[in-house]
Amino acid sequence: MIDWLKDVWFGFYTVLVGMRITWRHLFTKSVTLQYPSVKWPLPPKSRMRLFMNYEDCIGCGQCVRACPVACISMKTEKRPADAPPIWAATGQPIKLDVSVFDIDMSLCCYCNLCTYPCPTFCIYMTPDYEFATGNLTEHLYRFAKKDAKFLMEDPKQKAAPAGAAPATPQNPPASPAGASGP
Amino acid sequence: MNATYAFLVGLVPEIAGWPAWAIVLISAGLPALVLFHFMALAPLVYVYGERKIAAFMQDRLGPMRVGPYGVLQTIADAVKLLFKEAIFPRGVDRKLFVTAPLLVNVGAFLPFVVIPWGARLQPADLNVGVFYVAAISAISTVGLIMAGWASNNKYALFGAMRSAAQIVSYEIPSLLIILVPVMIVGSLSLQDLTVAQAGGLSNWFLFRYFPIMPVAFVCFFVAGLAETNRAPFDIPEAESELVAGFHTEYSGFFFSLFFLAEYAEMFVVSAVTSVLFLGGYLAPLPALQQLGPLPMGWFWLWFKAWSLVFVMMWLRWTLPRARVDQLMHIAWKVLLPIALGLVVTVGGLVLWPVTASGFPWDRYVGWPLSLLLVGFLLVVMVRALLWNRRRAGELAYAGSAAAAGQGTR
Repeated sequence: MIDWLKDVWFGFYTVLVGMRITWRHLFTKSVTLQYPSVKWPLPPKSRMRLFMNYEDCIGCGQCVRACPVACISMKTEKRPADAPPIWAATGQPIKLDVSVFDIDMSLCCYCNLCTYPCPTFCIYMTPDYEFATGNLTEHLYRFAKKDAKFLMEDPKQKAAPAGAAPATPQNPPASPAGASGP
Repeated sequence: MNATYAFLVGLVPEIAGWPAWAIVLISAGLPALVLFHFMALAPLVYVYGERKIAAFMQDRLGPMRVGPYGVLQTIADAVKLLFKEAIFPRGVDRKLFVTAPLLVNVGAFLPFVVIPWGARLQPADLNVGVFYVAAISAISTVGLIMAGWASNNKYALFGAMRSAAQIVSYEIPSLLIILVPVMIVGSLSLQDLTVAQAGGLSNWFLFRYFPIMPVAFVCFFVAGLAETNRAPFDIPEAESELVAGFHTEYSGFFFSLFFLAEYAEMFVVSAVTSVLFLGGYLAPLPALQQLGPLPMGWFWLWFKAWSLVFVMMWLRWTLPRARVDQLMHIAWKVLLPIALGLVVTVGGLVLWPVTASGFPWDRYVGWPLSLLLVGFLLVVMVRALLWNRRRAGELAYAGSAAAAGQGTR
């Protein structure tokens, strides 16, 4: 009898304990983020879709070699001698014409290894992650363009006479004109 | 109809001078309108409320997309359900298959006939009121078994058999506990039962015979919860075991009929519990019974019934589903002995003139207890809100850290 009463009371009391907890949660703020209209702020170094700045690419192909899943494909040919000289934004002269630069994001494993070797910092990860498509071939991004606007003069040459360009690791001091890049 | 007519004349004396057809129209139409509200429209509100309460109790938002804060979600769902094809699987017994949801609805909606919304606002004041409710709501069990059998599906049949076993088991303690207030009053009419609790909150049957009647209330509520087949007693439609129980094979309109019936039953059980224990349409303070010329009885019954419906939802999102053997244990080994004990004890106390309608200390119990309960809930609520504010500060700090490039998710 005593055990039975204890049992019944325990059942009743534990229900009340549970009800207290749910009552408390009735008033706690919900943790839902209404995704498409509200987004969680991403950390600035988050690794999402790859982007490549075609005008700055010197065609060295280091990113292609670094990629563990071979999602970058690149085709280059030597720039004709009579073509006007062009430079990347970091000051390296572009000696190769990059005719194809494709990144297949459906293969990409978001390891970020391709961005480290790039001498001109032209390939990088963007925080854009909403690029799901119904068709997988739409994940093949072609970055080569016909109407690219290359820098027609050496940015270091332009900065050096002014003497104002500070020597930073990303923007090393100007070398004599026509010198090859590092 | 006569009761409604008297109520309306009490409200607006000019009605007595109206032509006969207008009187018939309004005094028969008003109860019909109220019933229609509970049959067709209230479930929309219930479902929205239930989904929101479920969401808030799980720290979610619930429906937010259709209309502001998702208020139109259930309307959209209802329209979808009504326009869906009613599928009759091969091998179903078509006649029974169609009749079953209708029978379930009959059992769920006929009890509304005797529920008193005010001293004169009641479709019919039967002298066997409570008995009528218990008897007529048992019809829905027949409907459930019929649905399970006609579906030609083993899960549906399992669900129907479970619901039959469950309802038969829980009818017994619930009917025995109905006897307790009936013995105090000496009448089965819901109107008489309500009037016997007049005089404010401390006169409600919940606080009579102080330690005894609260037990009866809890037991009756648990039994009623089990009879509506709702969680934690929803084994007839246990979705983790039997796909959806007795309504596995139903779709579209017929499924929505089961839905309607479930929510109507919830309301009926809550309303009957309020009449038997919480004073029905009587206000907690006699002064609140009348608001100017407007009788507030309908509001108080509505308020009490909806509070109990809220408790049902609250329990649903608090407790896990009981196992079949636990269910039978609760019915036969816990509720039945308690109910028998209550009937014998209160039956004896009623016979003794000093305690004919309650212990002498009863009127000092009601208010302190209810204020204590409300105060406790308020304290928990305020603490939750304060915790919210503290956490909002922490979240803002974490967000700024993430923006500065140090934080992680």
